[in-house]
This record gives sequence, structure tokens and C-alpha cells, in this order.
Amino acid sequence: MRLADDERALSRVLLAPAVLYIALLVGGPFVLAIIYSLTSISLGGHSFNFVGLQNFQAALRDPSFRRALGNTVLFAFVSQILVLVLASVLAIALQREFRGKWLVRLLILLPWVAPISLGTIGWLWIFDSIYSVINWTLRYLHIFGATTWPIWLGQPKLAMVSIVTVQVWRTLPLATVILLGGLSGIPQDIHDAAEVDGARFFRHMFQITIPLVLPISLVATLFGFVFAFTDMIVVYVLTRGGPFDTTQVLASLAFFKSVDGGDLGGGAAVALFLLPVLAAAAVGMLHMARRAEVT
Amino acid sequence: MATGQALHGAGGKVANFGIIAAFAAFAAFPFAWMLITTFKRTGDLLDPNHNPFLYSQPPTLENLRVLFNDTLFVRWAGNTMFIGVLVVLITLLIAVPAGYSLARLTGAIGEQLGVAMFLTYLVPPTILFIPLSRVVSILHLQDSPWALVLVYPSFTIPFCTWLMMGFFKVIPKDVEEAAMIDGLSRFGAFVRVILPMSIAGLLTVVIFTFTLVLQEFVYALTFISSAKNFTVSVGVPSFLVRGDVYFWGSLMAACFIASVPIAFLYNLFVDRFIAGFTVGAVKG
Repeated sequence: MRLADDERALSRVLLAPAVLYIALLVGGPFVLAIIYSLTSISLGGHSFNFVGLQNFQAALRDPSFRRALGNTVLFAFVSQILVLVLASVLAIALQREFRGKWLVRLLILLPWVAPISLGTIGWLWIFDSIYSVINWTLRYLHIFGATTWPIWLGQPKLAMVSIVTVQVWRTLPLATVILLGGLSGIPQDIHDAAEVDGARFFRHMFQITIPLVLPISLVATLFGFVFAFTDMIVVYVLTRGGPFDTTQVLASLAFFKSVDGGDLGGGAAVALFLLPVLAAAAVGMLHMARRAEVT
Repeated sequence: MATGQALHGAGGKVANFGIIAAFAAFAAFPFAWMLITTFKRTGDLLDPNHNPFLYSQPPTLENLRVLFNDTLFVRWAGNTMFIGVLVVLITLLIAVPAGYSLARLTGAIGEQLGVAMFLTYLVPPTILFIPLSRVVSILHLQDSPWALVLVYPSFTIPFCTWLMMGFFKVIPKDVEEAAMIDGLSRFGAFVRVILPMSIAGLLTVVIFTFTLVLQEFVYALTFISSAKNFTVSVGVPSFLVRGDVYFWGSLMAACFIASVPIAFLYNLFVDRFIAGFTVGAVKG
């Protein structure tokens, strides 16, 4: 039998390049990251001494690591709770048909499609210490005087508010579109039946709509959470972790430690602290995929 | 026909409109701000007493001239295009057959392999960039666009394989069976019958791969060191934002030009993207 007809052989031939590529460029480096985290490897250096869990212990003792861990958890949780709430409100509002809906959808999707680093530079200008348009407006409305104003990226609490705002801004489109897909998947009969039974807006919402879109909103939230937890672009562009490490997250710390500081082993160890959360997210996804198959 | 859970009545309609307008303004404001800033004179921009929403001095094209003539922006756009085209080709060549194989040929094991492949999408660059930077230097690809051509398919292939698997699954099996009765081999049926039916899916892969390339930041920042080899997403923040001197007009022009056109294209395909993203969670 020719290869083109031998289904088992053909299935392997078609699949092998993808599996190989991923094994070599995701699986391999992943294992290497674990090995690096157990060694004293450094940028340019040739020492490759096994040091056991020293990098992890050193990280746990390091105040800037502990701070980054706390910041990461705060940043990811707060931004994703806000995204879930805001995306639900927006998705429900977008269900109604109206003229110009395509334009609204395009505008709302912009932050997700635009390269994140460039969108964030837009915010860098909006949050500028002297020329911030927010501050100009606040002064114009006489909320602040001519001599004092907030320095958005220079004051610890405001810097955290700023990076959370930008993260919400960039994740909101994805969550909204996913939720909208979930909402439009609910059969109209169910809504009609609730209407006949006299369910009012809020009862309808909490007893019918929310339970039915819950699985899909969990998917949206999990993805948003993984992005927020593992990403450094917003922090890198807006604050570089400052002021005084108050917006440093694990991803940016791993970057500064390894690329700027040359400590590859230490950087790899910091990055691997992300792993338990990623594993939990993966288990969550598998669980939902299986449940969706049953129902 | 009112959808079930929309707010009812005139009050509800106004509230609905208000909510949508507020969100659209929040989403689009930074881009509108880029556009306004692009045409402002530096003297106008850097006077805190000028109303920033208005042009206190006449608009100018100077910022655009500086961006195109005095910076490496055009070069970065060219690099991004070069890397994007090659990554799209690699992704199509590898992900499309893999998606077909998972959808039709591998059965239950394929299902699990598909899920496993999708989960690799959860492994972030933050974990991989350190070992990959060593791999890149061992291959002598430091500071070369080829490093990015090599590494980017590692995140475009899993996603696009998953996407194509979803596309192929909805094509009825009879289509190939009929073609095979007519004398085509299985592979022939895939290439000559199924692929032409999947143009929409292939286009989706092209658009998404390209957007992912355009957005990527961490690998480009790590592997590339000289200004002339950067992509747009790293070149603009690293080299136009330098020290305390910001050329805000040119900077905002660069951000706007590299962001908004692709968004129009993407908007046409977003429904397919979402279907691919959630296919595992909603349809199983």
C-alpha cells in the first residue's frame, strides 16, 4: 500500500513535524529551564555546577522576590476580577442589536489586537508625570490645584493602579468576545420560557443567564489570569518594576535577573515559581473540557 | 425581537447606550490620543498650560517625517514583515497537516494529543526565554531575525493546529469518502478536495499567526541586541523611548501606524478565532 493511502502511517507523517517542533522548542527548553534552576549557570560564564535547590531558597529569602510574588498575585487577581465583572456588563449590553455595532466592536477589540507594547506606550504618555492628560483634566475640573498633582507611575500605590488599569484595558476585549459567544449560544426558548414564567431582569440574570455562561466565562477568566500572571510587557514598558520594586512582578524580575543581571540559574528559578499556578490552570481547563464532553 | 436578558424600556435603552459608549471610549482612547499627538508640534505638546485636547498651534506632519526619515521605523517594519511572512509559511506547512491528522486520522489518541498541544500554549515565554536564549546562541543566531523565525512557530503551531482541527472536524466525512471512491488517495483527497474547502480556515491561520508575530515582545527583546534588527513591537519602546528625551509625536505616530490597520483586518476574522479558542471548552 502506498503511503498516501496508508492511514496510520499518513497520520503520523502529517502530525510528526508539529510534534517534533513543539518537543524541540517548548518541551526541550522547558526541561532545560528546570535544569538551569538547579545550577549556578550565568550569562557568558561556563560554570555549570549543580547547586540543588539553592536558587529557590535564595529567591525565597530575597525581599525583592517576595515583593514580586505578592505584586504578581495582587496584579493578576485584581485585574482579572475587574475584567470578569466589566466584561459581563459589557457583553450583556452588547447583546442588543443597534446601528453601528460593527464599529463599536472594532473599537472595543482594538486594545487586544494592537501590539501590547505599543498600546502600553500610549498609556505611558497618558500617565506622563508632567503632561498627563488625566492630570490636566483633573486640574481643569479643580480637583487638584496648580502645584500638586498625582504622579501616576512614580507613586507606589498609583503605579499599581496604573498597571492594573492597563492590564484590564488589554484583557477586556478577549473576555467580552468570549462571553458574548457564550451568551448568544443560549437557546432563545430558554429566555422565552423565563419570560412566560414572569422572571424579572435580575432573577433572569442570576438564575438563567449566569449559570449557563459560567463554564465559558471560567475559560475566559483562566486565560486572562494566565496572561496576567506570566506576562511582563505592561510592567516593563510602564514602570520597569519601579518605583522601588513596588510594581515588580515575577516575570519582569526573572527578566531583569537573567538578562540584565546575567544570573540565568536564579532567573530560571524565579520563572519556575509560576509553574504551580500554570499547572492548576491546565488542570482546570482539562476538567472543563471533559465536563463539556459529558453534557 | 428583544433578547431575553436585555434591560427593557426606554430607561434600559439609555443605560445600555451609556454603558457601551463608556466602554468604547475607554478601549479607544489611547489610540485616539496617539492620533491627536501625532500631528502636534513639540512646543504645543510640551506646554502644560495648553489644552491637550485642542491644537493650540497648527497641526504638523513633522513628527511623521522624523519617524520615517530619521528613525529605523521603516527598517523595523520591514523586519517584522520578513519574520511574519516566514513564520506564516512555516506555520501553514506544519499546522495544517497536523490539524487534519488530529481531526480525521488519529482517533482517541489524537484527541488527547490535541489537548496536550493546546496546553503547551499555556507555557509562557517567561519560562522559556532563558533556555531558548542559550539555544539561540549555540546555533549562532544571536542578534539575527532568523532566531525569531525559528522560535515564533513554537507558539503559532500549537494554536493554529488546534484551530485547523476545529475547521476540519465540521467538514462531513462523506466529502473525502466520495473523493476516494473517485480514485483519489487519502492524501490526494486532503490536498485537492479538503484544502480548497478550507480557504477561510487557512486565511484565519495567516491573520492570527501574523498578529501573534507582530505582538511578540519578550523573545525579540532577549535575542536581538542591535537596533537595526529589531521588530516594531520592541524597536519602538526600546529605541524611541530613550533617556529623558521623548519624541512623543513620532512615538505616538509609530504606535498608531503599527496598531490600527491590522485591527481592521483582524476584526473580520475574530469570530472564527473565538470559536477556535473555546472549542475545547464548549463543544468538547
